[in-house]
Amino acid sequence: MKFLSRFYIFIVFAILYAPILVVVLFSFNASGNLSSFSGFTFYWYKDLFRSGEAIEALKNSLVLALCSSALATVLGTLASFSIAHSKSKTYQTIMKSVTNIPMMNPDIVTGVSMMLLFVGVALIFKLNNVLGFWTMLIAHTTFNLPYVILSILPKFKQMDKHLIEAALDLGCTPTQTFFKIEVPAIMPGIISGLMMSFTLSLDDFVISHFVSSPDFKTLPLYIYNQTAHEVKFSMYALCTLMIFTILILLIAVNLAGAKRDKKPTAKQRRVKGGAAK
Amino acid sequence: MMKNKRSAFERVASSPYIVWSAIFIIAPLLFVAYFAFTDRDGNFTFENILSLSSYSETFIMSLGFSLIATTVCLLIGYPLAYCMSRTSERTRSILMVLLMLPMWISLLIRTYSLMALLDNGGLVSSFLVSIGLPKLTFIGTDAAVILGMIYDFLPYMVLPIYTSLIKIDRRYLEASADLGCNSMQTLLKVILPLTTPGVVSGVTMVFVPSISTFYISQKLGGGSFDLIGDTIERQFQNQVTYHTGAAVSLVMMILILISLAIMNKFSDNEEEIIV
Repeated sequence: MKFLSRFYIFIVFAILYAPILVVVLFSFNASGNLSSFSGFTFYWYKDLFRSGEAIEALKNSLVLALCSSALATVLGTLASFSIAHSKSKTYQTIMKSVTNIPMMNPDIVTGVSMMLLFVGVALIFKLNNVLGFWTMLIAHTTFNLPYVILSILPKFKQMDKHLIEAALDLGCTPTQTFFKIEVPAIMPGIISGLMMSFTLSLDDFVISHFVSSPDFKTLPLYIYNQTAHEVKFSMYALCTLMIFTILILLIAVNLAGAKRDKKPTAKQRRVKGGAAK
Repeated sequence: MMKNKRSAFERVASSPYIVWSAIFIIAPLLFVAYFAFTDRDGNFTFENILSLSSYSETFIMSLGFSLIATTVCLLIGYPLAYCMSRTSERTRSILMVLLMLPMWISLLIRTYSLMALLDNGGLVSSFLVSIGLPKLTFIGTDAAVILGMIYDFLPYMVLPIYTSLIKIDRRYLEASADLGCNSMQTLLKVILPLTTPGVVSGVTMVFVPSISTFYISQKLGGGSFDLIGDTIERQFQNQVTYHTGAAVSLVMMILILISLAIMNKFSDNEEEIIV
């Protein structure tokens, strides 16, 4: 029984990882075909960076991920603060439900709805070419916000309320209390929210697909365009690079999390609670 | 006095997010409804919604594909989560990271990886040829698209079920054994009901992205597939068809909300039965 169960786990994980390993392996394949591995090369990596487009997309992705995760973290911290401190149950329920909308909706609906907002506003104000960096930044910040809030909100719940009262009694202004007492207490949540948004933003394809313009392409959009018609091994190289980046980020998040506590990450919580509420 | 200052600060803190979510979460959904119910001149019309009857086949096919994918994910995922929950603590934490990693890799990349493996000149097909089987064309078939959904979303099924399995109090299992249940009865009467919330979560997290996907059918379906996602994506290539696209999106969103509500109702009832 034990052997069977181990064997089953092994088989499923092997299938889960086989395609990823194929991409990583064949990004180093000297012969340009998919049926056999005939020697080790870095050619495809050089090929990838020969085109300015890939570098441009990498730059765009990084700038966008940095800006949107920072913005989402600031907004999300303030929002979690107000939800956690609000005395009104109705306010809390409304804010939590609104926060859930982007997580419950399929990505395609989020993408399409934001695109219609931008296009609709552009029509009203008679603007042209409204899609680009700014619309991407808004869309990414919006889909990152729920994850930030979900990773910070529990930290507010866990913190000792008496500390806040003590700080206020001892003459701190609410602003000082926020920055000196609450922010340090919720820091683990802020950091994991920030790292998660950064990763999500780097990974996102579906929402970006709808709110981007050809002038501002991120890496997933670039991969999508490049792989539309044929197999390109330089794209395997790019996928490999992205997989390893995510792997390193994930390990960093886990190490940081393991040091602090053994609470589930907000991504797990999303999965657990995604349908429940 | 202190209280007043405090609540003033709270108001300032809450306003950016209220404004942000009103403009960028609520307003976009209103825009979808607006586009769905207007024509190109901005007049109110039911035309877009009514024209959806010509897409009924698309809706049925998408529903069928995603139901099959969800069922298979559940059939593979539940035993996997169960086996994982029975391993030692150390093994569990390693398996957890292994399960999370694919969830963090862009779905586009994972779909593309699957395509690399199954491609017509790829490893699987050349392996089949080398052991003497006929050459199979896999890309472009129904099976390929469904397999893509299963492959992409399986971790999203396993994780919530695993989490609810881990949370089960071992004493329930001991009690059920003491009271004379064999392990099969314990599984059916104790473990399954207790993990219903996890199953509902998992089913949602596989069903919603499966029914709305477009890149899986584009990449693995060889461009010949028309799922709901593809239809929406195509309508938004051209400004002329935005209104139809909005109508399709709106109907899909409502269908998904209804199925979520039904499933949540189902899981709530189950919980009441347990209590």
